[in-house]
Amino acid sequence: MSEVPILEVNDLSMVFGGLRAVDSVSLKINKGEIVALIGPNGAGKTTFFNCVTGVYVPTHGEIKINPPEGKTAILNGLKPNTINEKGLARTFQNIRLFSSMTVLENVMIGRHQCLKSGILSSILRTPKQRKEELKVLEDSYRILEKIGLEEYANDLACNLPYGGQRRLEIARAMATDPFLLLLDEPAAGMNPQETNDLVVLIQRLRKEDNISILLIEHDMSLVMTLSERIYVVDYGKMIAMGSPLEIKNNSQVIKAYLGEDIDA
Amino acid sequence: MNLEYFFSLFLGGMTRGSIYALIALGYTMVYGIIKLINFAHGEIYMIGAFTALIIGGALSLTSMNPVAIFIIAAIVAIVYSAAYGYTIEKIAYKPLRNAPRLSALISAIGVSIFLQNYVLLSQTSDFLPFPNLLPEFGFLKPVENFLSTTQFLILLSTAVVMILLTILIKFTKMGKAMRATAQDQQMAQLVGINVNRVISMTFIIGSATAALGGVLITTHIGQINFYIGFIAGIKAFVAAVLGGIGSIPGAVLGSFVLGLTESFGTGYISSDYEDAFAFIILILILIFKPSGLLGRKENEKV
Repeated sequence: MSEVPILEVNDLSMVFGGLRAVDSVSLKINKGEIVALIGPNGAGKTTFFNCVTGVYVPTHGEIKINPPEGKTAILNGLKPNTINEKGLARTFQNIRLFSSMTVLENVMIGRHQCLKSGILSSILRTPKQRKEELKVLEDSYRILEKIGLEEYANDLACNLPYGGQRRLEIARAMATDPFLLLLDEPAAGMNPQETNDLVVLIQRLRKEDNISILLIEHDMSLVMTLSERIYVVDYGKMIAMGSPLEIKNNSQVIKAYLGEDIDA
Repeated sequence: MNLEYFFSLFLGGMTRGSIYALIALGYTMVYGIIKLINFAHGEIYMIGAFTALIIGGALSLTSMNPVAIFIIAAIVAIVYSAAYGYTIEKIAYKPLRNAPRLSALISAIGVSIFLQNYVLLSQTSDFLPFPNLLPEFGFLKPVENFLSTTQFLILLSTAVVMILLTILIKFTKMGKAMRATAQDQQMAQLVGINVNRVISMTFIIGSATAALGGVLITTHIGQINFYIGFIAGIKAFVAAVLGGIGSIPGAVLGSFVLGLTESFGTGYISSDYEDAFAFIILILILIFKPSGLLGRKENEKV
């Protein structure tokens, strides 16, 4: 492919003491792609996410972005908030909403950071700042509408039903205007109906907002329907990469998930 | 029962409560965001008072209008103390952000001792008089028996500070970022909030309100020394714990409860026990409602 990938991870390793949680993993995501990262429990998927989003500083390797708008940058060692500004947003495996704020406020928090009015002007409530505040409110409401949570806008986040909380995490991440969205087990704990809605939502986000998506997921039906390419990790190492069909029939992947057949 | 006596005790208690509230805000906001009891906070209040004293004293040698002097002294004191708060955080707490909480606490106690002694060395241990800069407000004439001008000023400025702070926290971008950081610092960073800036801002706001308290108390009492920050800091800390540390309305409520208890206690029981009341309340609260009046109970994970 001649296209420049929007995210390029080269030879990434993360070592905790004697444990190589992520071991020389390389990965590429092209513009507009939905890519899945799968693997058995403890394979290092979430650690990989943490390295890319700046929660951990990787021991070795390079994380490079080529945003559709803006210039190429190396993310190693940057703070999470700086990485977020550069256009990467994520959700968590265990829901981490600001639970004592309203649904709308959760989205506004994400939205605010893209705009820049200083502390002084927000205390003085200058006209410019008020206009900005209004815009944040409108944008946030629009995002909630898209995700389908507008009727809960003024409820506390902790009072949302489970599926709603998961969607709100996505809404909050979308509010920061990312070009790449990293979803950590977005369908965990959802019922089949909610999972179907989620598939539709993710496809719509990609189409309407022109973003790429990297997701970690254990729900194989979701992974197979959504993703164009799949990376498989096991014990921190990348063991396979390919289209859903290729992965389904890859003997190494089957071995990683089901164990080796002794008689074979 | 003498109603006038009761009223003067009541307003005296409200005045004390206001000062405690101005200091307790800083304790509770800092605790809410980085889970640190900033024991140097009382010293910020003391430095605010001293700055106002020095500026006020120097300017009163000129022929300026006393009210103007007071306003300038107050502003300089607030800005100077806010700078102190900001610097202390950067020097003494930020390097310890990922250290065990006890390390930062000890660092805070160290800063407190350092600041007390530095003011002691540079200013002597004597009580220093604060020039009387404010005229008596004419409209307070009918109630002057139980409400003095400075008391009125304290109540008024505390109310204004509370309202401004509520607006800041509820409605502005910085306020939302503060609440988000208090709830989940890492997640806040991941939605693009610059946590360091939020923490600095918290220290600046907390120090500014404490300094305002310092300026107001100096004009009210008329004399200060290096030690006032320690006792006021401890009492404001009690007030913050009483209301539920980490909660802003709690700190205000706790301060008024404490102020009124002290005032009525000294008025009706004995003034010998003035300082004991604060600690009796603290002990009772820790026994019966450890999370404080408005504090949230921490769920223990099993």
